[in-house]
Amino acid sequence: MIATKNGSNETLLSVLQDIQAKYGYLPEEKLIETAETLDMPLIDVYGVATFYKSFSLKPRGRHLVKVCLGTACHVRGANRIVEEIERKLAVRPGETSENGEFSLETVMCLGCCAIGPVVVIDGKYYGQVTPTKVESILRTIRGEIYAR
Amino acid sequence: MLAEVKADRIRTSKDLEDVRARILQSRSSKLPCIVIPSGTCCQARGSSEVVESFQKEVEKHSLRDSIALRITGCGGFCQSEPNLIIYPEETYYQKVSPDDAEEVILETVLRGKVIDRLLYADPNTGERFTHLNEIPFFKKQQRLLLANNLQVDPTSIDDYLAANGYSALSKVLQEKTPDEVINEIKESGLRGRGGAGFPTGRKWELCRKARGDVKYVICNADEGDPGAYMDRSLLEGNPHSVIEGMIIGGYAIGAGEGFIYVRDEYPLAVKHCRLAIEKAREYGFLGNDILGSGFSFDIKISMGAGAFVCGEETALIASIQGERGIPRQRPPFPAKRGLWDRPTNINNVETWANVPLIMAKGASWYSKIGTEKSKGTKIFSLVGKINNTGLVEVPLGITLREIVYDIGGGIPNSKGFKAVQTGGPSGGCIPSSLLELPIDYESLTEAGSIMGSGGMIVMDENTCMVDIARYYINFLNDESCGKCLPCRKGTQRMLEILTDISEGKGEEGDIGLLEELALVIKDTSLCGLGQTAPNPVLSTIRYFQDEYEAHIKEKRCPAGVCKELISYYIEPEKCQACLICLRNCPVEAITGGKGLVHIIDQDKCIKCEACLDVCPPRFGAVTRLSGKKVPESVLQGTEVIRRRSGETDVNA
Amino acid sequence: MLTLRINGLDVRAEEWWSILETARFYGIEIPTFCYHDGLSAWGGCRLCVVEIGEGENTKLVSSCTYPVTEGLVVRTHSRRVTAARKLLVELLLSSCPSSKTIQDLAVKLNVQKVRFKVEHEDCVYCGLCVRICAEQMGAKAIGFVNRGGKLKITTPFDRTSEVCRRCGACMYVCPACQLRCQGTEPPGVVCGSCLSPEPTCLEFYPDLMCYMGAEGNCGTCVREPKRENIKKEVGECQ
Repeated sequence: MIATKNGSNETLLSVLQDIQAKYGYLPEEKLIETAETLDMPLIDVYGVATFYKSFSLKPRGRHLVKVCLGTACHVRGANRIVEEIERKLAVRPGETSENGEFSLETVMCLGCCAIGPVVVIDGKYYGQVTPTKVESILRTIRGEIYAR
Repeated sequence: MLAEVKADRIRTSKDLEDVRARILQSRSSKLPCIVIPSGTCCQARGSSEVVESFQKEVEKHSLRDSIALRITGCGGFCQSEPNLIIYPEETYYQKVSPDDAEEVILETVLRGKVIDRLLYADPNTGERFTHLNEIPFFKKQQRLLLANNLQVDPTSIDDYLAANGYSALSKVLQEKTPDEVINEIKESGLRGRGGAGFPTGRKWELCRKARGDVKYVICNADEGDPGAYMDRSLLEGNPHSVIEGMIIGGYAIGAGEGFIYVRDEYPLAVKHCRLAIEKAREYGFLGNDILGSGFSFDIKISMGAGAFVCGEETALIASIQGERGIPRQRPPFPAKRGLWDRPTNINNVETWANVPLIMAKGASWYSKIGTEKSKGTKIFSLVGKINNTGLVEVPLGITLREIVYDIGGGIPNSKGFKAVQTGGPSGGCIPSSLLELPIDYESLTEAGSIMGSGGMIVMDENTCMVDIARYYINFLNDESCGKCLPCRKGTQRMLEILTDISEGKGEEGDIGLLEELALVIKDTSLCGLGQTAPNPVLSTIRYFQDEYEAHIKEKRCPAGVCKELISYYIEPEKCQACLICLRNCPVEAITGGKGLVHIIDQDKCIKCEACLDVCPPRFGAVTRLSGKKVPESVLQGTEVIRRRSGETDVNA
Repeated sequence: MLTLRINGLDVRAEEWWSILETARFYGIEIPTFCYHDGLSAWGGCRLCVVEIGEGENTKLVSSCTYPVTEGLVVRTHSRRVTAARKLLVELLLSSCPSSKTIQDLAVKLNVQKVRFKVEHEDCVYCGLCVRICAEQMGAKAIGFVNRGGKLKITTPFDRTSEVCRRCGACMYVCPACQLRCQGTEPPGVVCGSCLSPEPTCLEFYPDLMCYMGAEGNCGTCVREPKRENIKKEVGECQ
């Protein structure tokens, strides 16, 4: 995983993306290791890791709940959905629930504006969500979890 | 999926035509074809299950050799998803469920009978339409790019070849010099579709003229504007069109390598792009000595990581280089010194997709579409408070009224049209007084907005413009890279003022201060993000000053949105004590009982609006107030006034 | 060499100069904040903006990063530029009112009041510390972390750095923390005492203390009641 100027395949960003994909977050040891392997000052690696929203420096919950807050979803009341989920899961955006089960994130536009408001849970998209539908969606997820 | 014709690497233009002929031959055009769009949002509506069900039914009835099934990307009419189109008649069915598969196949495909309940019905008149081109949504569009989304399965390069794909590239490599290509693009009048609208031909020329042996072309697929998803649809649905455009661009500019920078929130687009690049390499459209021309070109994918600012050219370059996405000053422009300090040409997805079209059909054909200064078509994402949500491709110069009413079908629930927001966070709002505005680059700028990447968010009487301004400033303050003072601090201060206004703490002079801040932020910010950040605020002040003043002077939110300025109240004369709102209140703020008037405890109320949502329409007892005090509540235990059915419609 | 026009004067400059360097060469003063002669130009404070171009097509650019070009027309103190600089300093002052450097700038640019909520940040993100640590000390112990409103300058993981040599260069160059305003005005009020000193220290010391290296740290003259009559009439902040 070498990142040199021009001609090589990997840059710091793609290295971090691989780590994020593998571990679900960027562990501190991995960042330090990356700085050593790429022969970069640690602060540069850390600066990039903290700049981009899709990287997380803390472990995420087992299930990732993303709520779209793009403009189209916003005018259709996406804020109320976030609040409802906050209440139901006892977790605030950017945080993970105490038992480590759910992480809640807000995203600025998933590109599914026609079916807004949109919630994505573990990669599965739910469209035209209303605060009253949140309960049944979460129950389905929990049902699937317990069924396994 | 239609079977692929195995081809070896295509080495010459003649070979390409042979392969194309073979593909066309292997597909009888007489075969009925069921096209099922299945892009990301189609899948979110259940298109995958519909696809599975159709596949099963085809097998079940042993129709594999008599019916073709094509899974494509987004068709554009997202409101009607899951939908399908049956060719060659172009019968259009909407809101199809997996259970409909058998009926559709047996009745419509085999027997030619139309199933009425699956037809699209106009939401205003109820009239039903059978064929795609009859549907009002499609009638006024000119789908030069989007139509192909329904012709190709994005995972099949053969589909693209069957639809005449890569013929433009072949023609260019055989017949045109790089300068001739650039001239053609210049004459076509194509302007950058990413937002700024810079003439594409001129941009290419600048890069071509720059000194340097190694040059790059980049496709900006970061599409960060919330509410815009045109690029996603093009990449998911027809990635080869973008690839072909980039190869032609690389040839014209003298670049040997291209990058597609895709935001990571688009996993399906990334997947389809990767697959398309692999196939293009297999068939010889990427790699060394393309079609025997001596020109070599390859494409890599670079993924974004969640930063809106990386849609800005210099920040995008920094991101590809593995750095923090901080924009830098221009000059020097990327055309002279870009990626790895080399001449780089960056264009938006839609711009690249237009290139093969122009090279195939010629600049004079293209320049006949659109207006004098804004040529061609543009894809807009028509979303928000609109009946026909989806992607619309229209010739530039069409009026806003035609888009909102003729194509969009107007505002749902008979609400009043208030404004259309264009250009994303860099744009502004176009109010109803400007419905006749032609949609082109100049007119939009004069009206205080911009074309932007194509997001068109429709707003109705229940959208608060102060809230919208606050929403956008909040977004920009969050996405700001933080380097320059006016953007980082200026947007923060604007946000503080707007938040105060929306919470009823606005003061006389706030509007003036917002305008002063806006002008300085526009003037002094380093990059486009900051320079355009004040636009939503300036635009809403320009057209909706009365709303701001209502918030500031009367502490009232006319649209009923700003939480601190609204209250919910149950009218005792209308309440029928059905207990529904009581049970649905998440914080148990409603008291009452069977036969007893329900009362909302204003101190506990969190303004979630659940009670308003669930109160049965025939009672309509819950109201939302703003700017006035909540009436004194009746005593606990007051009995409701029982109304016989028919009498409860007090709104009549 | 090439020729450009600054404030109506035709001047010659080397091709690699920035507008700021050219202006300084000819004695034209342009206020700066994040610029430092020994460090690379950052272009973040925007205080050094100048108006370039002619007629309808003028724009503001940061003179520290903009390279000179043949025939460039530059105005260093136009109406737009002056209004912009004033507001930018007001933004700085509202974030970090206790910085003497910012206070002095405010007085020079005639900022009368601060109309924003006063914060007490100890950093204005000029990046001077980051640049001096990287470029002059070669340590790269600190850098920018996060972005937008959450931006901060710190070490990796906010932990004590192993590469930091405790040289103090970052503190030396910091405009926010190095020189503190000793004035008695409440935060959000422009002080102005340092730029029009009525030295009272001569009653106690044989020399003017700000010339003896105690600039900004002495505070004798700003604490004396005599300050009353040269204080500007200013508005209260929130």
